[in-house]
Amino acid sequence: MDSTTDQRLRLILSDVLGLSPDRVAGFSAETGLFGHLPELDSMAVAGLLTEIEDRLDIVIDDDEVDGEMLGSFGSLRNFVEAKRKRT
Amino acid sequence: MTPALWPAPRVQGGHTEELALICDAGRAHRLLIVPALFDAANRMRRFTIEVMRRLDGAGIDCFLPDLPGCNESLAAPAEQTPSSWRAAMAAAAAHFRASQVLAIHGGALLAPSHLPGWQYAPANGAGLLRAMLRARILSAREAGRNETQEQLLAQGGTEGLELSGYRLSAAFLTEFQMLEVATSQQRVISQEELGGAGLWLRAEPGESREQADALAAIIAVSLTSAAA
Repeated sequence: MDSTTDQRLRLILSDVLGLSPDRVAGFSAETGLFGHLPELDSMAVAGLLTEIEDRLDIVIDDDEVDGEMLGSFGSLRNFVEAKRKRT
Repeated sequence: MTPALWPAPRVQGGHTEELALICDAGRAHRLLIVPALFDAANRMRRFTIEVMRRLDGAGIDCFLPDLPGCNESLAAPAEQTPSSWRAAMAAAAAHFRASQVLAIHGGALLAPSHLPGWQYAPANGAGLLRAMLRARILSAREAGRNETQEQLLAQGGTEGLELSGYRLSAAFLTEFQMLEVATSQQRVISQEELGGAGLWLRAEPGESREQADALAAIIAVSLTSAAA
């Protein structure tokens, strides 16, 4: 696991969801995101992805976004790490 | 802080009556505030008004007009373009005799260029549009419909598009996606200067006393030291 990506992703989630850094630091790979956090509707997901693109310097195709990729913190982190390795 | 009406010019001629929230005590500094756009406007409205309260307390008159078609406006969003919005903000500046402007986020695209002032966290049209298109694509997918950015932009370019609950015309979309924040006599205030994360990012409308304090302080210090 790439610790920089992990930390930056936690910071973005904290910024977008308005959660305290402590709470986001407590996220495990299994912590549910989309479908588990009521704040994370489609508008919020769009904002989240755009922010991830800007701050982690990747491009996310809309086709790649699905319930699985956003289902948990671990799956989102895996997706972003795979993207960053490719670029 | 009181509500007031002001006349916004219509492209077709005539005008619509629009709402503004104002703190007007006839003081020397009269600050027009151009709000953030669309969904960001809702998420940042409380923050914007908190900044106004602080500026009022610091002896600065503030005027926050609605963009026609947004917030309390009865005008049709489909009749608006970035140009008509810019004309409306120029009309509001004249009506309220603004001496400076503070543009918030996407509102920087519409700030009257003849006024000195500030652009807080300015954003370009293409980036704002991309996030709105993405939100529409994701919610369409949840409803079992498959849409793409290319297809939506092509459709929007001929017949207009509904984005974030706003019916936007082809003319609006064509102009908006090309719109970039102009370098001007207005100073850019970055999010770093306020600390924390921008409230337009928040999934739900939020507030931040610290950020409102910081933004109001930058403006109040600049205006009062210029007068001294």
